Amino acid sequence: MGKATTSKLLFQSSDWNFKTLSRAYDAIETIALDELGLDVYPNQLEIISSEQMLDAYSSVGMPLMYQHWSFGKRFVYEEHSYRKGHHGLAYELVINSNPCITYLMEENTMAMQTLVTAHAAFGHNHFFKNNYLFRQWTDASAILSYMEFAKKYIAKCEERHGTSAVEAVLDSAHALMDQGVFRYRRPPRLSSKKEQERARERLEYEEQTYSDLWRTLPRTTGRPNPEEAERDALERKKVLNLPEENLLYFLEKNSLTLEPWQRELLRIVRVIAQYFYPQRQTKVMNEGCATYVHYTIINRLFDQDKISEGALLEMLHSHSSVVFQPHFDDPRFSGLNPYALGFALMQEIERICNHPTSEDRDWFPQIAGSGQWRETLLDAWANHRDESFILQYLSPHLIRKFRLFLLTDQADEKYCEVASIHNERGYEAIRKALARSYDVGANQQDIQVVDVDLLGDRQLRLQHNIKNGILLEEKNRDATLRHIRHLWGYDVSLAGVDTETGDVRYECSTAQIGG
Amino acid sequence: MPNFIDRRLNPKDKSLGNRRRFLKRAREELKRAIKEHVKTGRIADVDAGHKVPMPQRGANEPTFQSARGSGDRQYILPGNKEYAQGDRIDKPPAGGGTGSSAGTGRDEDDFQFLLSREEVLDLFFEDLELPDMIKLSLKEAVAFKPRRAGFATSGSPTNINVGRTMRNSYGRRIALQRPSRKAVEALAEEIARLEAERNPDTIQRKRIEALRQQLDGLERRRRRIPYVDPVDIRFNRFERQPLPNAKAVMFCLMDVSSSMGEREKDLAKRFFVLLHLFLKRRYDRIDIVFIRHTDEAGEVDEDTFFYSPQSGGTVVSTALEEMHRIIQERYPAKEWNIYAAQASDGDNISRDSERCASLLNGALMRLCQYYAYVEIIDERETEIFGSTDNGTSLWRAYRTVDGEWPNFQMTRIARPSDIYPVFRKLFARQPTLQFRS
Repeated sequence: MGKATTSKLLFQSSDWNFKTLSRAYDAIETIALDELGLDVYPNQLEIISSEQMLDAYSSVGMPLMYQHWSFGKRFVYEEHSYRKGHHGLAYELVINSNPCITYLMEENTMAMQTLVTAHAAFGHNHFFKNNYLFRQWTDASAILSYMEFAKKYIAKCEERHGTSAVEAVLDSAHALMDQGVFRYRRPPRLSSKKEQERARERLEYEEQTYSDLWRTLPRTTGRPNPEEAERDALERKKVLNLPEENLLYFLEKNSLTLEPWQRELLRIVRVIAQYFYPQRQTKVMNEGCATYVHYTIINRLFDQDKISEGALLEMLHSHSSVVFQPHFDDPRFSGLNPYALGFALMQEIERICNHPTSEDRDWFPQIAGSGQWRETLLDAWANHRDESFILQYLSPHLIRKFRLFLLTDQADEKYCEVASIHNERGYEAIRKALARSYDVGANQQDIQVVDVDLLGDRQLRLQHNIKNGILLEEKNRDATLRHIRHLWGYDVSLAGVDTETGDVRYECSTAQIGG
Repeated sequence: MPNFIDRRLNPKDKSLGNRRRFLKRAREELKRAIKEHVKTGRIADVDAGHKVPMPQRGANEPTFQSARGSGDRQYILPGNKEYAQGDRIDKPPAGGGTGSSAGTGRDEDDFQFLLSREEVLDLFFEDLELPDMIKLSLKEAVAFKPRRAGFATSGSPTNINVGRTMRNSYGRRIALQRPSRKAVEALAEEIARLEAERNPDTIQRKRIEALRQQLDGLERRRRRIPYVDPVDIRFNRFERQPLPNAKAVMFCLMDVSSSMGEREKDLAKRFFVLLHLFLKRRYDRIDIVFIRHTDEAGEVDEDTFFYSPQSGGTVVSTALEEMHRIIQERYPAKEWNIYAAQASDGDNISRDSERCASLLNGALMRLCQYYAYVEIIDERETEIFGSTDNGTSLWRAYRTVDGEWPNFQMTRIARPSDIYPVFRKLFARQPTLQFRS
């Protein structure tokens, strides 16, 4: 009898081979699809060495990336801190593509490979395939071929125009990556290479044949009256689609000095920035989903006698260090751990659905006691991002468990004030503030193109909408403006306007700081 | 069943290109850092990997970032123990930023960047070279080096290219339909099988006959069409590629007499270590001759030169004579580029300095491509002598040589930190001197 039970184990030793990997995968797949009801892209599991993992780190986690010195810098940095033991490497890395590529580290034990397969190949994979942000804003099936195109295209440009010329454009484009995403409308789909080719040809043709002489409207003579000037400005803005929040897009389409290949480089950087934008908005949910999935699966595997107690303990040890949340006064504290928060939120939903307290019934009347934890989770994973998810599902119980408190910090005061703590009066405020802190759009500096006079001095006017009085760091701001000037070709000015009062807090331009 | 791919065997160093780009970017900064290092550390340490601080200039990536200490912010923190609503917490003193980031205070400043030995040397010796490397008078006399240049139909048997030859032979055999061994054997087997039968009837006998004729034909055909024909044979072809004559020899002359104290010897050795490294790095086919002298000179090997102690009186001209002798013996000036570097404290036996000058003027300078004299002086003496012509007897004597020959350089070293600048000065890349005809 004892023999029969041991033979059910997926693996015995900590060494892995492809046979055990595949057996474990099949067992996990059964649980994930049948019991959890996950829906995933086909999986491609790739075994890599630690050096390759560092490579992947430095090229922002893409399997294919163009060459740039900043990736070299990052690699050196990561390698250094890895060697020194400042941080270990991730056990896995997963790419939002179709098929979904998961990197497994060769150093992992078989138990870890099992955990990681459940985490990445099913947890993250399901999230990528089903979350609305990813569905609407990224093309999982096109990204790899696009990156291949980008890599080749940039290599070709380097050959033709010289490394330094390409580098100069990429440097400037990288500086604007945060301002290179569409936040409110869906970006156009990645087109196939043929279509891109056609679009580029059209662009080149338009450039060759464009002539300002063909403007048919006669120039106004004499003094322009203010009304007319305003109408002109409005007309102008309408033509250029201003204001525009996506600086890279604007420069790509309207820069006065860039050549077609340089525009294409801007486009590549912009596409990559856009591709990663959903990930930044769903950090907590994505990790929470994956962690919840692996936790559920390993427990089920143990229940089915498919893994040994030793293996389970090893996985749980790793699991608990991943979801460890140090307190704010702990030297290890570096912000809220998305794994910890996400995992707790998912478990909380399960608890509320199955074993609600009276408090839960007050706060979550729809789901409390419904018993439909699986459906609730799947729905939440599909239809929320961090901000809305926390706003919807952060329960008072969890606030108490994490002992969250809200601290307000006003620049001109000598002290910070504890605005709310984990009590009846504080729940709402904490939930709201936490949700807002995960709203990437609200937390990033809002900088837009507001005006440009193509026929006058050609100065590009940017406006920084200052929220809560938070200004820009000046040295970086000036350096970034110089990069914009480089791409635009003429002077660039930036005005900081307080969104509440409408006051202009500061103004600067590349003419003053020296382009 | 998922798709497993083992990527561990993929080519390594995928990010090497990125690293190279980064190095290029940070070149100036790194060069400065290495020089600082070498100035403070031991010179021989150049020949090793180095840690340098992460270059900041030229390698930062600006973006729009929020300024610290401005505006109103809210933080959600876990682990409340004692705070109640309305409590006030003093901010840490200005400059420390907001309190929440205090625990993670490891920024890029204390991050060291490890350069490999090759990279260090490359940066260190950038822009340096031996002046006038190729003898003007010998530019035409060139050496040859064989270089692969395709294939030929004739050549020596050692150069047969087997792959090519067999490929040709195979193609020819197919084209001429040379029967394969297998076909012949199959036929022979068939015949043997038929013959083995006891009572062959007429049909079978006829068949055997036909098969025999067929086999005969095949074998004749095989004999006529050889396996490897002379037409098939290809030889590797080599072309003689002319190489400019770059045979060079460097003479290192060092004074080790008792007037040279520990400090002077140390400085002189450091200078030669640097020179040695530089030559080894830049020129793979250079001879180095080490000569050290007291009141008599001798050629020694590298280890003795750098590490073995010796002392005695001082007769500088012995070293020059020794050098002259070696040149005559082994390095005819017609074929060799001859360089020399001499280090001394300038003390010499009376009237020998003049002899040195006349030796140089009379014979050696004509033979040498470049001659560098480095005088090791006391730190106090730098103030006294400054850059005047006044100085030791040897220095005064060499001034006359300096005036006459443009390929003669002399300079003084007082401190370890002088060595590198002086070295750079002596071996800076310069426009070719046109002085020999």
